[in-house]
Amino acid sequence: MCLAIPGKLTDIYEKDNLRMAKIDFGGIAREICLEYTPEAKVGDYALVHVGFAISLMDEEEAQETLRLLQEIADIGDELNEM
Amino acid sequence: MKYLDEYRNPEKVKALLREIASITTQNWVIMEICGGQTHAFLHHGLDAMLPPQIELVHGPGCPVCVTPLEQIDKAIAIASRPDVIFTSYGDMLRVPGSTQDLFSVRAKGGDVRVVYSPLDAVGLAEANPDKEVVFFAIGFETTAPANAMAVLQAKNKNIKNFSVITSHVRVPPAMEAILGSKSNRVQAFLAAGHVCAVMGFHEYPSIAEKYHVPIVVTGFEPIDLLNGMVSAIKQLEAGESIAENQYQRAVKFGGNESAQNTIRSVFQSVDRKWRGIGVIPQSGWGLSPDFADFDAEIKFDVGDILTQESPLCIAGEILQGLKKPTGCPAFGKECTPQTPLGAPMVSAEGACAAYYKYHREVTHE
Amino acid sequence: MNEFDFEGYTCPVPIRPTETVILGHGSGGTLSRDLLRRLFLPDLGTAAPRSLDDSAVVEMNGARFALTTDSHVVSPLFFPGGDIGRLAICGTVNDLAMVGARPIALTCGFVLEEGLPFETLQRVVASMQDAAKEAGVYIAAGDTKVVQKGGADKLFINTSGMGAIADGVNISGANAKEGDVVIASGTIGDHGIAVLSAREDLGFETALESDVAPLNHLIEAMLAAGEIHVLRDPTRGGLATSLVEISEQSNVTIEIEEEKLPYKPAVKAACEMLGFDPLFVANEGKLVAFVKGDDAEMVLSAMKRAKYGEDAAIIGRVIGTGKSQVRLKTAIGGTRLVDMLPGEMLPRIC
Repeated sequence: MCLAIPGKLTDIYEKDNLRMAKIDFGGIAREICLEYTPEAKVGDYALVHVGFAISLMDEEEAQETLRLLQEIADIGDELNEM
Repeated sequence: MKYLDEYRNPEKVKALLREIASITTQNWVIMEICGGQTHAFLHHGLDAMLPPQIELVHGPGCPVCVTPLEQIDKAIAIASRPDVIFTSYGDMLRVPGSTQDLFSVRAKGGDVRVVYSPLDAVGLAEANPDKEVVFFAIGFETTAPANAMAVLQAKNKNIKNFSVITSHVRVPPAMEAILGSKSNRVQAFLAAGHVCAVMGFHEYPSIAEKYHVPIVVTGFEPIDLLNGMVSAIKQLEAGESIAENQYQRAVKFGGNESAQNTIRSVFQSVDRKWRGIGVIPQSGWGLSPDFADFDAEIKFDVGDILTQESPLCIAGEILQGLKKPTGCPAFGKECTPQTPLGAPMVSAEGACAAYYKYHREVTHE
Repeated sequence: MNEFDFEGYTCPVPIRPTETVILGHGSGGTLSRDLLRRLFLPDLGTAAPRSLDDSAVVEMNGARFALTTDSHVVSPLFFPGGDIGRLAICGTVNDLAMVGARPIALTCGFVLEEGLPFETLQRVVASMQDAAKEAGVYIAAGDTKVVQKGGADKLFINTSGMGAIADGVNISGANAKEGDVVIASGTIGDHGIAVLSAREDLGFETALESDVAPLNHLIEAMLAAGEIHVLRDPTRGGLATSLVEISEQSNVTIEIEEEKLPYKPAVKAACEMLGFDPLFVANEGKLVAFVKGDDAEMVLSAMKRAKYGEDAAIIGRVIGTGKSQVRLKTAIGGTRLVDMLPGEMLPRIC
């Protein structure tokens, strides 16, 4: 359920009393609603579902996940070499 | 694309598969709740790369599949009215009602339109003041905030020609329904990451404890799915059962409080029928009485539509993970995406459609 | 919660094929194929040889000619990178070229809706002229009908065409052989996403342009470079549908590799956003070729030197005969089946 993809906020503005943003998904842009992530800044990445940012991507957590993965991959390589 | 491509790295996928193979010592049945995750497993061919001891079963998290027949028939009745512009997410158009689908309504002259966002439906209402614009507000917790905001916006802007048919469902009651069933086989859950982006996972520790089942919040890319599997299998092998988060970059324990507040202000908890499964108490959201003016069922007085489902397909068993699509005698024969017997064959996220698309051994004439 | 009993739950009533034509019948996928097989072919197609290729091949006095027809109903009429006029010329030129024919002459029929501005029509016709010139074909005959307001959506164009097939050229979807290399002439899905972005209802913006182009000169270069068995332009229904059709016509197993498929980033992003499979998205200036294995590199380099073939890439090969199937090796190392587009492509939102 619930196809949501991350995109980068490029512009933030008010429209019809709603906090809106222009978001870039890498060559495709769309207007989305920022009411649920009012703390978002231009340059942040938001997870977007049906035209709404439902959460902001946490860069530190993302790096941490990738770091842990690299450890697993490295351990695997060491085992292979043994 | 940032935050997607890094999680599709083939080397890291291999490393995680090795890890899973090394920690798995016995057979386990794991359910991914979410239809998007089912789709991702099959789309990447990931399910077939897991060790044979791991049985993946597919959960009821396809909002299109579980929207009850009555709601679809009501939608069709309203969409057929000449004064109505009926708007919907794309997936719903092909789902069969009792006698037809929304596509057929359009073929017969109904004004049925696909919108990307519910706010677009509100915009259509403003642009077409002589028409009634109705939005089919379906979905799980992920979609509820968007649908709630559309209703709220229509109220704030005093837009009188906008209304919604709601059919919102929630994940935790469905998990409990599956776990509480006599026939349950599920030993661990991969919980739906985008539902949790909205709701958090504070509801899960008590479920994990009560039913002794690991619940791991999981994202949608291959590495996310495998990370979730590693956590679930580690818990199973160690006899643990806690709620864990493996989608930290998008999900916090408490979720998105602002979104939850809006949901609470627009919707109220209701008993909801799940197509193919039955009524699950307090498993859905309906419009709260304050927003009755925006309730299309009241506005168009569609009342109770009596429907009857025939026992020809086994969607119920598939949606709760008792059977695989390929275990259905009608799969790929009477039941195909062109001639669906049940909603799981229609929706792109339906387990049956995903199996038909990616998994079927093709024997063309 | 109390014990929950799942027994006795049932599932929806079967819905049989619709009584009316729905949009999916025109999508180029399985619904279109069903319409062809169940209705048109039994009634209309029995007297002639039927290859189900992009053009029919007709023999006269020992010479072979390609014959084809195509109607164009695109909305909007003008989209980034093209318009209905260029589409109408290129679509028919390409259908002729896909059986190895040199396109010679086209006819065009216009269905105009009352109220269509002359300025619009002029722009479309000028664009047709440019495309015909580029392809090296002439318009031999035409017809115009005007319907009442509401009787058509602004402007429909039918183009038919004929071309000559040189001796020794034998190209058909039925000719794929084990060991053939599958080449795509460029990035996939550009046209479908560009047209979609030009529609207001989904509200997204992109600099992406349609790839609509005549491919006959590219094909001439390919024919000179090596042995080509199959050519097809993956228009409606996308690359997936074309490959499945070829696998069925030739009764072969085709394997393509996800990592080798050329995509523009914007197409990939749009597909992620809408839940589309880019393999189903339409192209109008791309082809897929099945080339004898030994000749593949020669043909590929000839393509890369030719206009509209710069981004050509080997995407897979024919790995077996006796079973019609298309397999995809996914980027992460898995394998899955590729099927035809089942009906109209819908944004997957939930």
